[in-house]
Amino acid sequence: MTDTANRTALVYAECMDGKLRRVALEALGAARRLAGDGGAVHAVVVGGGPGAALREAAAELAARGAGVVHVVDDPALAGFAPEAYAAAIGAAVAAARPSVIVLGHTAAGRELAPRVAAAAGGGHVADVTAIDLGDDGGAAAVFTRPLYAGKAFEQRRFLPGAPQVVTVRPNNLPVAEPVAAGSEGAIAALPYAAPPLWTVVRGIARKAAGTVDLAEADIIVAGGRGVRSAEGFAPLAALAEVLGGAVGASRGACDAGYCDYALQIGQTGKTVTPKLYVACGISGAIQHLAGMSQSRVIVAINKDPDAPIFGIADYGIVGDLFEVVPLLTAQFKRIFETPGA
Amino acid sequence: MQLVVLIKQTFDTEEKIAIENGAVAEDGVKFILNPYDEYALEEALRLREVHGGSVTVVSCGSARAAEALRTALAMGADEAALIAQDGLPDDGYAVAALLAAAVRELVPDLVLAGLFAVDRGAGSVALQVAERLGLPHASAALKLTVEAGSAGAGSGKGAGDAPAGAAGAQAPSGAAWGGGGGRIAVVERDTEWGVETVAVPLPALVTAQQGLNEPRYPSLPGIMKAKRKPLRQLGAAELGLGADDLAPRTERVALLAPPVRAAGRKLSGTPAEQAGQLAELLQREAKLF
Repeated sequence: MTDTANRTALVYAECMDGKLRRVALEALGAARRLAGDGGAVHAVVVGGGPGAALREAAAELAARGAGVVHVVDDPALAGFAPEAYAAAIGAAVAAARPSVIVLGHTAAGRELAPRVAAAAGGGHVADVTAIDLGDDGGAAAVFTRPLYAGKAFEQRRFLPGAPQVVTVRPNNLPVAEPVAAGSEGAIAALPYAAPPLWTVVRGIARKAAGTVDLAEADIIVAGGRGVRSAEGFAPLAALAEVLGGAVGASRGACDAGYCDYALQIGQTGKTVTPKLYVACGISGAIQHLAGMSQSRVIVAINKDPDAPIFGIADYGIVGDLFEVVPLLTAQFKRIFETPGA
Repeated sequence: MQLVVLIKQTFDTEEKIAIENGAVAEDGVKFILNPYDEYALEEALRLREVHGGSVTVVSCGSARAAEALRTALAMGADEAALIAQDGLPDDGYAVAALLAAAVRELVPDLVLAGLFAVDRGAGSVALQVAERLGLPHASAALKLTVEAGSAGAGSGKGAGDAPAGAAGAQAPSGAAWGGGGGRIAVVERDTEWGVETVAVPLPALVTAQQGLNEPRYPSLPGIMKAKRKPLRQLGAAELGLGADDLAPRTERVALLAPPVRAAGRKLSGTPAEQAGQLAELLQREAKLF
């Protein structure tokens, strides 16, 4: 038995466009487990300037098991200056004195966690896909994470005494469930003095509204060289839209200039774990398979019956994607438009 | 401009991973310069073409990592330093400590690194180095330019020199060695909320995202020249680091093969029939909708 009662977990609850991200609730779920039954769970939400809808986010965290929600609302946090955000987390660390700090392994979390870990003299276990608490309530938890984008996995633990920073991969851990009415946590403004600001945000070319982020997407429709052109992605985008998913691509499609590198899935590019992955015109090079083979259900559509992608696909269609994909889109449109389907 | 590029030798991305006796088998494996570090190096070489100066590549790893440094020298880097640590602690904390100490000695104006390495994939060490050295960072660069700086960036000039859009006072970099020459890095970076343009004062650290550039191949004369370029070996003691500084924070307890994924079934019939079957299977069997 270790000092479970003294464990405190702190969550950096990331918001985007003023809304709490789902991965923040997944991180909160992880923090609650790591704190153990007798432990304390703190959360920190960060934002700044007019329109910062932090109260709503804080209330949701408090309703889902954060005992204390620290709110840092400061103009210095209006844009993403990593040093300012890391300092806000630092203020929460000073207030909560956590044994473990949990963030989402997102664009922002990936930038903040190393700074928070280095500032605390601690370790960082990144991109965690599973947590095994062991038998002493989280103090010696074992964290599973991918290597080589999922060609192998390792399990790591923190050595005694080290401050612990963990980033959890979106879509892999269960979200924190609401607590009983009446046991919601407290919400408090956290005093914060912005550090000297290095980062000046000059502008953002925002993604189109309604675009689903690849890392958090439940459904991904991805295209490879078989898509043949930038225009060839149109039927894939149509299917993704009907399914409420995101569009991804293989390295082949990106290298050929059919789409932006931001869409690339694989060992170079993004590693994704959606509920459904539809691979269209993707042969299945090993470096691509590494980035998507942990998806729950994989569908492959390819002209070549010998394409390696069929070796890991749950459902395969040998055929022309330009014929099959629009048929699928029509099929799902019908299904979703039929009441009670 | 003094440019430092942090590099790592990794498995080729086309390699399969085999686990033997609790370790990743390395026999017959092709090793490469981490692809993201290639983007970082290429960008450093291009910046040197514009601004002059020199490019030093630094790696921390086994003696084998010297191959990756030679590749970097063949691409055009001027000097290399290898922090060769046999029995290197298997932990980012120690690697960051070693790299930070080596970088500090090189008093760079700009440090470049890959967004992440394709083996561990954590993307943590370079930013830990930035934190240790008090450097601003801009992550996942898709475009990078170095410009004359704004107020407070160490140039001693007034705010009138600030480029348009850099509203407010920008704090100088926290690098202990000064440097930067009053310049700023302007970075277009890949984020989940769009492509964001930021300016940070030098010295700073910038990580390279895919799409930043098209890395050059080493030329034959480049390969010949690389053999005569300096490749220093550094040890922890020379960097002033003791066992306490390198004490790992985490350890690996197990290495696992991914769950085996068997091939499912191929559907048959006309394309329309197959589409119908697939929608049905995703609904009823996979219970996705």
